[in-house]
Amino acid sequence: MASEVSSATVAARVRKVHPGNAATFFLLDVQMEVPSGISILFGPSGAGKSSLLDCIAGLAQPDAGRIAIDSGVVFDSEKGLNVQPQQRQIAYVFQALALFPHMTVEANVAYGLPHAPERERNERVSEILKMFRVEQFRHRKPREISGGEQQRVALARSLVTEPRVLLLDEPLTGLDTELKNSIIEDLRAWNAAHKIPVLYVTHSREEVDALGERVIAMEHGKIISEGTPREVLDAPRRRRLAQAAGFENLLSGTVLDLREPDGVMRVRLADATCEIEVPLGHAAPGDRVRIAIRAGDILLATEPPRALSARNILEGKIASIEHRGTLVVARVDCGVVFTVHVTPGAERALQLAVEKKVWLVLKTHSCHFVEG
Amino acid sequence: MNVEALLLSLRLALCVAAILLVIGVPLAYWLAYSRWRWKFLLEAIVALPLVLPPTVLGFYMLLAMGPRGALGRLWYAAFGHGLAFTFAGLVIASVLYSLPFAVQPLIASFETVDRKLLDASSVLGAGRMRTFRRIILPLSLPGIITALVLSFAHTLGEFGVVLMVGGNLAGVTRTVSIDIYDRAQSLDYADANRTALLLLVISFVVLSAVYGVNRRAGHRAWASWPVK
Repeated sequence: MASEVSSATVAARVRKVHPGNAATFFLLDVQMEVPSGISILFGPSGAGKSSLLDCIAGLAQPDAGRIAIDSGVVFDSEKGLNVQPQQRQIAYVFQALALFPHMTVEANVAYGLPHAPERERNERVSEILKMFRVEQFRHRKPREISGGEQQRVALARSLVTEPRVLLLDEPLTGLDTELKNSIIEDLRAWNAAHKIPVLYVTHSREEVDALGERVIAMEHGKIISEGTPREVLDAPRRRRLAQAAGFENLLSGTVLDLREPDGVMRVRLADATCEIEVPLGHAAPGDRVRIAIRAGDILLATEPPRALSARNILEGKIASIEHRGTLVVARVDCGVVFTVHVTPGAERALQLAVEKKVWLVLKTHSCHFVEG
Repeated sequence: MNVEALLLSLRLALCVAAILLVIGVPLAYWLAYSRWRWKFLLEAIVALPLVLPPTVLGFYMLLAMGPRGALGRLWYAAFGHGLAFTFAGLVIASVLYSLPFAVQPLIASFETVDRKLLDASSVLGAGRMRTFRRIILPLSLPGIITALVLSFAHTLGEFGVVLMVGGNLAGVTRTVSIDIYDRAQSLDYADANRTALLLLVISFVVLSAVYGVNRRAGHRAWASWPVK
């Protein structure tokens, strides 16, 4: 029976303090079992999803715990066992893909098969390139093919090694839905034949719906629910998670006062001195609440903005700038760290740079109150 | 023009560049990736020749290579002659003197290799050696060329260390820079000028090549050089 063939599982118990400043610190503390088939690791950014994948792959070391693939233990803190990543037979596709820029598509894919005889290696490379529909690009360099094609090559490169587990960290970010679905279909077809556990990290609901067999929802380093997409995403108790996914900024704060005539309340964020005005919610002064804000809803100014309808203007400094394709992700430290998306054009025009003083403008109604 | 001195200098520079490549690559790899807490001490030692007067380095090398120095005695035991005022002694001293010129560009280029590529390589089953050979080394090619060329050029132009350790023996340790000094001292300006001009042209061509290679590769030879 098929179910007997597909007995592979990943069993992981991981505890790891994620170092960083007050804004990025969290404790990863999960216990999970991933059967063969596609499981989605779902949650807002900063929930610890990528950290967990790094631990499973061996690129990061948990402070404590045990990780096993089938019956083979790859990490056990009590026994001092830590199998090197190159010996774990785990495939890992990063968000950044990390294709080797100096090698052709073919050489990239063949990289994981150094010990196979040449003839077998060529056959396997050709087969997987065909399967992921990129064989016509085999002699090109990664920079000479499109983003979607690069993503297919990255998948092919990982899977040609016949791994025991496949880890995917938001591998399809930035693709349009149609392209995404076609890649997902190819991945599904591959796994129908191989039946290994696939752990797919995403914060996009769309991908959850397209892939969804099984969802593991994470928040703040912990697993908060598991089940089918419907069970996890539609349960009333979990609505806040579903809402929060896709919101890059999930900030905790304390309600200071309610201004009912204005339909707003003031919230002090974390322990910082920074205060924002958000739409009135079911809360009383002193309550701990969570505020979700999309990174794309925040305006960024390099001079103090005046005469605006927006009620929230926060002064801060740029802590980091990261380029993701046509998206520029700035982290701005206003006491709490905000993630802000701007376009490369805006970045140039405003001459954004680390340490530069900036002002964030948040419309009250872009600040979504999430029950605490 | 003293062709003998010029050829000697070229031979010295080639030897030193080759040796520095062999020593420099593993040393720079370690300096780029090690997380040892006292690493900065070694970094400082490697960079010392940048700030020390060549005479200071040459003086201590001379002591070490002399009949009572550790290096000198070791050399005598192995080869039956001393090390000071020989070509081999000159090579050893020059290797030390030009060390930062090889190691710094190597570190700079190793460090610019995207860490994600190294992670990708290791999850694809490659150990450190394979990752180094297949990923780091080819992506650091401009840095390696820079290191080779700079150690060659720097050795070609050295003076103080040679004078201290090598003396001024025709055909053995009289390098082109010493020769220029000799000519100038004996007021043979015309010949000093010919040789000096040649050295100037060689240095310019070599440095242009370094900048050219790094420009084509899209990064700067000096991005984090010499202070990391």
